[in-house]
Amino acid sequence: MTDTAREDALKPEVVRQMRRDARKRYFQDSYTLWKRNPITMIGTITIALLILIAFIAPLLATHDPYEQILADRLFAPSAEHWFGTDNLGRDIYSRVVHGSRLTLMIAILVAVISGPIGLVVGVLSGYLGGWVDEVLMRISDVFLAFPKLILAVAFAAALGTGLENAIIAISVANWPGYARMVRAETLAVRNSDYIQAIRVLGAGRLRIMVGHITPMCMSTLIVRVSFDMGAIILIAAGLGFLGLGAQPPSPEWGLMVSDGRDYLVDQWWVSTLPGLAILIVVLGFNLIGDGIRDILDPHQRQS
Amino acid sequence: MTVGADKNNLLEVEDLAVRFYTLRGTVHALEDVSFKLGQGESVGLVGETGCGKSLTARAILRIVSPPGKIIRGNIRFEDKQLLELSEREIRQIRGNQISMIMQEPKMSLNPSMRVGKQVAETLMIHDKSLGKRGAYAQAVDMLNAVSIPDPKHMAKRYPHELSGGMAQRIMIAMMLVTRPKLLIADEPTSALDVTIQAQIIDLINNLIDDIGSSVLMISHDLGVVAETCDRVIVMYAGSVAESGLVRDVMENPQHPYTQGLLRTLPDAIDPGQPLYSIKGTVPNLMDEPLGCRFAPRCPQATDRCSSQKPPVYDVGPGHQVACFLHEATSPVAGTSVGVQL
Amino acid sequence: MSEQAETLLDIRDLHVKFPLRSGLLMRTHATVHAVSGVSINVKRGEVLGLVGESGCGKTTLGRAVVGLAPTSGGSINFDGLELAGKDRDDVEGLAKKIQLIFQDPYSSLHPRKMVRDLVGEGLILNGIASGAEVDRLTLAMLQRVGLGVEHLYRFPHEFSGGQRQRIALARALVLHPDLIILDEPTSALDVSVQAQTLNLLKELKAELGLTYLFISHDLGVVRYMSDRIAVMYLGNIVETGPTRNVFDSPQHPYTRSLLAALPSIHPDQRKTRIVLEGDPPTPIDPPPGCPFAGRCPKVQPLCHEQKPVLAIAGPDALHLTACHDPDL
Repeated sequence: MTDTAREDALKPEVVRQMRRDARKRYFQDSYTLWKRNPITMIGTITIALLILIAFIAPLLATHDPYEQILADRLFAPSAEHWFGTDNLGRDIYSRVVHGSRLTLMIAILVAVISGPIGLVVGVLSGYLGGWVDEVLMRISDVFLAFPKLILAVAFAAALGTGLENAIIAISVANWPGYARMVRAETLAVRNSDYIQAIRVLGAGRLRIMVGHITPMCMSTLIVRVSFDMGAIILIAAGLGFLGLGAQPPSPEWGLMVSDGRDYLVDQWWVSTLPGLAILIVVLGFNLIGDGIRDILDPHQRQS
Repeated sequence: MTVGADKNNLLEVEDLAVRFYTLRGTVHALEDVSFKLGQGESVGLVGETGCGKSLTARAILRIVSPPGKIIRGNIRFEDKQLLELSEREIRQIRGNQISMIMQEPKMSLNPSMRVGKQVAETLMIHDKSLGKRGAYAQAVDMLNAVSIPDPKHMAKRYPHELSGGMAQRIMIAMMLVTRPKLLIADEPTSALDVTIQAQIIDLINNLIDDIGSSVLMISHDLGVVAETCDRVIVMYAGSVAESGLVRDVMENPQHPYTQGLLRTLPDAIDPGQPLYSIKGTVPNLMDEPLGCRFAPRCPQATDRCSSQKPPVYDVGPGHQVACFLHEATSPVAGTSVGVQL
Repeated sequence: MSEQAETLLDIRDLHVKFPLRSGLLMRTHATVHAVSGVSINVKRGEVLGLVGESGCGKTTLGRAVVGLAPTSGGSINFDGLELAGKDRDDVEGLAKKIQLIFQDPYSSLHPRKMVRDLVGEGLILNGIASGAEVDRLTLAMLQRVGLGVEHLYRFPHEFSGGQRQRIALARALVLHPDLIILDEPTSALDVSVQAQTLNLLKELKAELGLTYLFISHDLGVVRYMSDRIAVMYLGNIVETGPTRNVFDSPQHPYTRSLLAALPSIHPDQRKTRIVLEGDPPTPIDPPPGCPFAGRCPKVQPLCHEQKPVLAIAGPDALHLTACHDPDL
């Protein structure tokens, strides 16, 4: 190829097109891998529905989720109240629909806060080693010494009640697990030939950590976080149940389960239906995590 | 093409075809592979990565893992049709009458069990009458037979305490302790150093003579096959290209692929000359196999080669080639490459 | 190759040791002596082949030169620049002088980077190019190693082993280094692909005026590629000299058995093999004396006590061997 031909082949629009094609191939492969696994599809559809419901909650809700009609308290599910009503006469269906927004917000915020913290701590610890590793890992050990729920309860109690504090508390309990995992991944990757090769090209530590190790840790982290989404929602629900998370009258699912516990025997729907919502969403996130792992694994693409 | 069951042949593979059903389509991994292995004979199966040599071995033992599937063919071992046996019957044959040595000895040994016990265990699985003690004693004898120094002591070691060469000896001991009629060795020396490789080659040669097993030696290293085998089968892209006595194939190759392959070896060439290289790359096995697989890379290909599958020609005693170049001079040997010695 | 050729890389009495630590206090209980006192030099424009079996320290030696393995004694002089004992980040512009090609092209390319980013990274890191210039230089080098514009934006998993090794070569060559250390560049490849790769390496060397340190366990490949060779055993160079001399009249018993162990494809040419007994010893706390003493068929009492030094053997003054009694 002559130089002019080479110039032609590298016109900005051609290069952009090639990049676009590469990305398109990547997504096509991802799609094929996704399609191959029906379980992942079920998970994805569940979560997509959750997001959709959260967005158009006001359109789906048949009643005002906060409106108390004491005369209508503890109605069984019917055409008027699809999921029945609670002890204050609020429409449970509308509350579950509106509650999806809270659930989604909690899950996403906790992931967005604790994921990056774990990533940074893990990569630093694993790549730099030495005293940095010692200090960071001993700190995370302190957190890991307690069960997640207990730790979250303790922090939530110390910070005071409220949804924001619950989110912070869960994030605090969550990051050490991610840091540990990312560190292990970093240790596995740091001595690999391709990282050594980048060193030979003259890259410094920061560049290696940011540009080359982090992308390798991202996939495991994303998989782990998507598996954890379920646990996060459960802990949030638990905090709500204990009165440490969302406060009444907010339609948080855990809180609703808690509200219904006095009526569990005769008016089962008050607790059970929000509980079922939690179950479905947690299951959805777990199913999706499995699929993400397959999709992000470069080995899967080879076949 | 019906050859009938020749009693002298221990193994007869006929028209074997294996396909992989993957994400992107069907991989025609093996197409019409046919060969025979005589009683007490050692045959080398050579070819490059992806030519199907290991897969052939796996098909014989029926351990092709999904998405791979044996779709056609006959594999006769003694008087049994292996592809028609039940899972239970084939398990009786695996490890007992047909054993397989893998490339990575350390990955094939159980890391948490002492090696002596592993060898004894293999014996006990196939001979229930042996007591624990008897089996262990036999296992130690076997370690001695594979030239392991101080076998009583070494039997008490775990795999990670052994070097690669020692671990491969243990594997060989394990595979030969049941005195199999057929030993399949899948790249047994590729993970080892040359000086250790020489030891292992000698060891396999000697043991085979003692036990009288037949050997199917799979290797990408033509030198290893030349030193261990009587006959060699050259595979290319899932088909057999050429077969014959080691001397005939190595000294007087008839298939253009074999000729090219031997010429690419840097061992004998003057360093001033560029190495011969077969132009092009290995074909995509996803494509429907039409004609000769080597045609796109063959310097002597004609139009017909890419549309019609060449039959097998007899070019000499026991020397057979699947190539149209021999059409005028040699008789057709049928569609299967076999040997009539 | 003339006698006066300028020495590009001069390694003197190099030691690389790795402490093995264990226990609560991480006390050193043993030392892996991967390279123990190696002296070799590579002249500009030549190919020095470094042969030896796995674990003999040849890879560690190569890595020490590019600063990937810590040295613990001796000197590595590259074109007037002292490299031993320094962190590779401290040597400005080392990447533009020495590059390393790894053995396994399946593990030496970052699985999540496209070819353009893999090859272009070095250009950006060393301030050679930026923006569209990176694309241009990357493509030019890719074309030189036999790949094309359509490969620029692809991921490593879309390539075969031979193509990957070409990408790794392009990545190193785009920086125009003086010396390339090739660590078993073809041992993960099939013979036909190996032939293509070796031819390419020879062409590139002639065209770009490169110098190679060619590390391999494959004697056939080393014979074909190298002007001179050095045979390594257990962290020591046991024999070195012009390739032809070493192959035609090997002096060290280890070299002899190594050459004899090579399987031949011609049944008539089978040599009388000197099959070595036993395994190569581990480099953990090696005993004094000749490193080969434990397996040598001609061992004498002196061999266990005193380590032989490289001395002229045979008629050629460039052919050295470290053996007390090579003529036996």
